[in-house]
Amino acid sequence: MRNAVIIPICTLLSLVGIFGLYLWQIGTGQKSLNHLPSTLINKPAPRFNLPPINRGGKGFSTKMLRGNVSLVNIWASWCIPCRVEHPYLMKLAQDGFSIYGINYKDDPKNANTFLKVLGNPYRAVGADHSGLTSIDWGVYGYPETFIVDSNGYIRYRHVGPLSETDLSNTIQPILKRLEN
Amino acid sequence: MNRLFILFTALILCSPTIKAVEPEEVLRDPKLEERARALSKGLRCLVCQNQSIDDSDANLARDLRILVREKLKSGDSDEEIIKYVVSRYGDFVLLKPPLNKSTFILWMGPVIIFIFGLIMVLFYMMRMRHAKKAIPLTEEEKNRLTSIRELR
Repeated sequence: MRNAVIIPICTLLSLVGIFGLYLWQIGTGQKSLNHLPSTLINKPAPRFNLPPINRGGKGFSTKMLRGNVSLVNIWASWCIPCRVEHPYLMKLAQDGFSIYGINYKDDPKNANTFLKVLGNPYRAVGADHSGLTSIDWGVYGYPETFIVDSNGYIRYRHVGPLSETDLSNTIQPILKRLEN
Repeated sequence: MNRLFILFTALILCSPTIKAVEPEEVLRDPKLEERARALSKGLRCLVCQNQSIDDSDANLARDLRILVREKLKSGDSDEEIIKYVVSRYGDFVLLKPPLNKSTFILWMGPVIIFIFGLIMVLFYMMRMRHAKKAIPLTEEEKNRLTSIRELR
């Protein structure tokens, strides 16, 4: 008779515990339902060689990632969250960090207008018309930002638009740590 | 009103089933196409996460379907293609999770719960059997019983 009372209560409490822990982790930002862990962390950046978005530009290839810590941002002019994070990319560029862009399935004309109107934070931009390079990077949401160290290894991945808190809490500390 | 209802039901029943795979994606070789369909049914679309890339209309799903077909055409094996996609997107991209360290509880959970239940049932049955064993009356109780009988 006593078991009939204790067992359901214990089951309920342990379930509350498990779900509570999960909710708490989401609340504190340790775990996100939308952000998948990247399998590319601590692996070399995929090999690619993308054409430029404007005639006479230099395009963007894996080789350019060697030698200094850089950010790789996957963006498109049609992507609204990309506009949201754009000022923060501009700020990072002004602070002297090197940012490269992969322009995902975009009309080069629109991409150029975007950069002309809002400013160009990128050292170089490569056009990914087929979307295959983005798949190589494991991209599934736009925008996405990767931090690549001076040896060409991916060290961090951010899915979705960057915010001011992302910049001060994660991006800038990681960049500074890698540069030292 | 009734007619309208019948009409709508008929329309719904007649509507063609929506398929994400578009005609121009289909490979000429039916054998390769069959493999492509089988592969894409097991791959998760990461944009709409509970659909396979075979079912999804998302842009990324379409790109992945085409990628799977390109790789099939160039002679890659099914395992090589799955390995490539997993290397980019992780185990999460597989709709059927593989058995490894992090999915051990997921796969073994039902077995563990079943064994636990079995132990509980055995334990219960043993207790029941134990309870059935009659304890013989003591001399004192026997005497009391005869005295009660004699009173009647």
